[in-house]
Amino acid sequence: MRTLPQTLGEILDLTAQHFAVPRENLSPDDDFFETLGINSLQALELLTRIESHFGIELPDYELQGVTDFRTLAERIQSRL
Amino acid sequence: MLDLRQYSSLGEALRDGLERWADEVCLIEADRERENARLTYRQFQEAALPLAGALEECGFGPDHRAAILMSNQSKWLISAYAIFYRGGVLVPLDFKLTPQEQRALLAHSKASVLIIEHYLWRALVAAGGLEGTSVETVWVTEAPPGADLAGAFRWEEAKGKGNPSLVRRGREDWASIVYSSGTGGRPKGCVMTHENYLEQCIALTALYPFWPGVRYLSILPTNHAIDFMVGFIGPFVCGAAVVHLRTLRPEYVREAFPRYKITYMSLVPLVLKNLERGLKERFAALPSHKRFILNTLIGLNRLLTRERPHLKLSRWLLGDIHRAFGGELRALFVGGAFTEASTLQFFYDLGILVGNGYGLTEAGTAVTLNDFNPFRPDTVGKPLPGMEVRILQPDAEGIGEVAVRSKTVMSHYLDDPELTAETIVDGWLMTGDLGRLNAGGHLQLFGRKKNMIVTEGGKNIYPEDIETVFEGLPVKEFCLFAANYLWPQRGLGKEPLVLVWHLEPGQSVSDALRQELILRNRRLPDFKRISGTLLWERDFPRTASLKIKRTELAEDIRKRLDRSAVVSL
Repeated sequence: MRTLPQTLGEILDLTAQHFAVPRENLSPDDDFFETLGINSLQALELLTRIESHFGIELPDYELQGVTDFRTLAERIQSRL
Repeated sequence: MLDLRQYSSLGEALRDGLERWADEVCLIEADRERENARLTYRQFQEAALPLAGALEECGFGPDHRAAILMSNQSKWLISAYAIFYRGGVLVPLDFKLTPQEQRALLAHSKASVLIIEHYLWRALVAAGGLEGTSVETVWVTEAPPGADLAGAFRWEEAKGKGNPSLVRRGREDWASIVYSSGTGGRPKGCVMTHENYLEQCIALTALYPFWPGVRYLSILPTNHAIDFMVGFIGPFVCGAAVVHLRTLRPEYVREAFPRYKITYMSLVPLVLKNLERGLKERFAALPSHKRFILNTLIGLNRLLTRERPHLKLSRWLLGDIHRAFGGELRALFVGGAFTEASTLQFFYDLGILVGNGYGLTEAGTAVTLNDFNPFRPDTVGKPLPGMEVRILQPDAEGIGEVAVRSKTVMSHYLDDPELTAETIVDGWLMTGDLGRLNAGGHLQLFGRKKNMIVTEGGKNIYPEDIETVFEGLPVKEFCLFAANYLWPQRGLGKEPLVLVWHLEPGQSVSDALRQELILRNRRLPDFKRISGTLLWERDFPRTASLKIKRTELAEDIRKRLDRSAVVSL
């Protein structure tokens, strides 16, 4: 079973890969819309990648209002 | 299609549709690769009547109001039909609003019944429930077994004693109250009559017909006027089917086209641009000889469809692309915000018709729509049948405010005679949009007269509605404006929001102040965020009750400063 910091770390790794940005540019409390300059659809695409990595399904509404990596990691963690 | 002229209400028209096409499929609901439900018109009727019976039993009848708070799914349409069957007034609410905003609109609408999805009900209860609203009965869909429903009933168990009776309504009676905005300040509840919807349906299906076998993919929220019409009323009075997806992840939307052989879909510019981006990436990844062939075929298609579309030919020339869209696609509809001509042209060159249009809730969905006769990507098309469009006080270039007169224009704003009188003048709806009609009768848009922005996702944002997030900011006073309202520009595109601030004497814009502003800005959804600030060194003009006189302030800013004075965040 992963711990929250592990989950968070993996999410940051996946995000860096997915959007081809250096991993060190991302930190847990970043607002991902702002840091990555992405829109809500691109965030949903990332979510699909994260889902398949963790082998879970997250309804779209779980992401409503989530804008930073830490909160996202908490939502993922609660489904692991 | 049913002859809608003979009907006086949506309830009767829908009932006849359900009977006439009893064995046709009307709804498909899918979640990722799973199919949750597939209903024929007969099964739809069987699913809706118990709820209509339960509504009847709790005394719900003509002119009573019932709100729906659900994401796009089959139970949304089933519930709406049950409400119309009982002669009720539907209040479709936006499931993406916060629970507080939802409660405010519920209270404003005076709905006595609420039909709501379980996750939304949980959030609403956690945020204080129904305090201050007139809601007496709540039905919750998809609640897990054993869930605490906080006094609500299970939708799936709703049932009356006998067979419910259909309540007839007149054309002038209210069918719905649709909120076009006003989550922060002043709720704008558009009261739509049965006539508004029946006439809109006649106009739209004249241009884009539905028939049994047509499949409409519904991804825009059904509480919005456009999906309500093209993703419910239109198909249902023609025997067509509606496909709902429980997830709107782009890849599942893409897969839905071939899986369900989609005929039509409506979307907002944001989604269309995402599709464009995906296709361009795939084209770029092709080996160079294949890319050369593709570009040649696209060029040929462009040449052969210059005058008018030729769907069969395009499908044959560009088979792979059309197969990815399911091979049966006839048109995508885009509206709600500005779409770049280059994006529309990109799809047209592929033989994928994107009918861009212009509409607003107040006008009863669409006012104009592109008819591809010929294709004009720089316009939003011609007025639909039955729509009169006029340009008021045109300037030397023919640009002025767009006014609309039609049987589809709303009755009024709920409980707001003042706003209604400002908006509907001598039977003409003042849209607040600036436009021009060209020689061919196509409408071109040039921006807005109002302090408002429309996002790529099709959302109307009134800057004053989001000022609460900045309340308590340690400055003397501040005010939010759409930059394009302060400095009107001819042309559409980026729509930045600007915070105008007036500092205390001796105060300067410190790092701490800037940080606080950034933090507060982040509390807003990405599409509502401000992108810059404007320093203002005079007192804001205010009314006797100390409200900011926005129009006056905007005029003063316009006179003294220009766009270059805005500091980016």
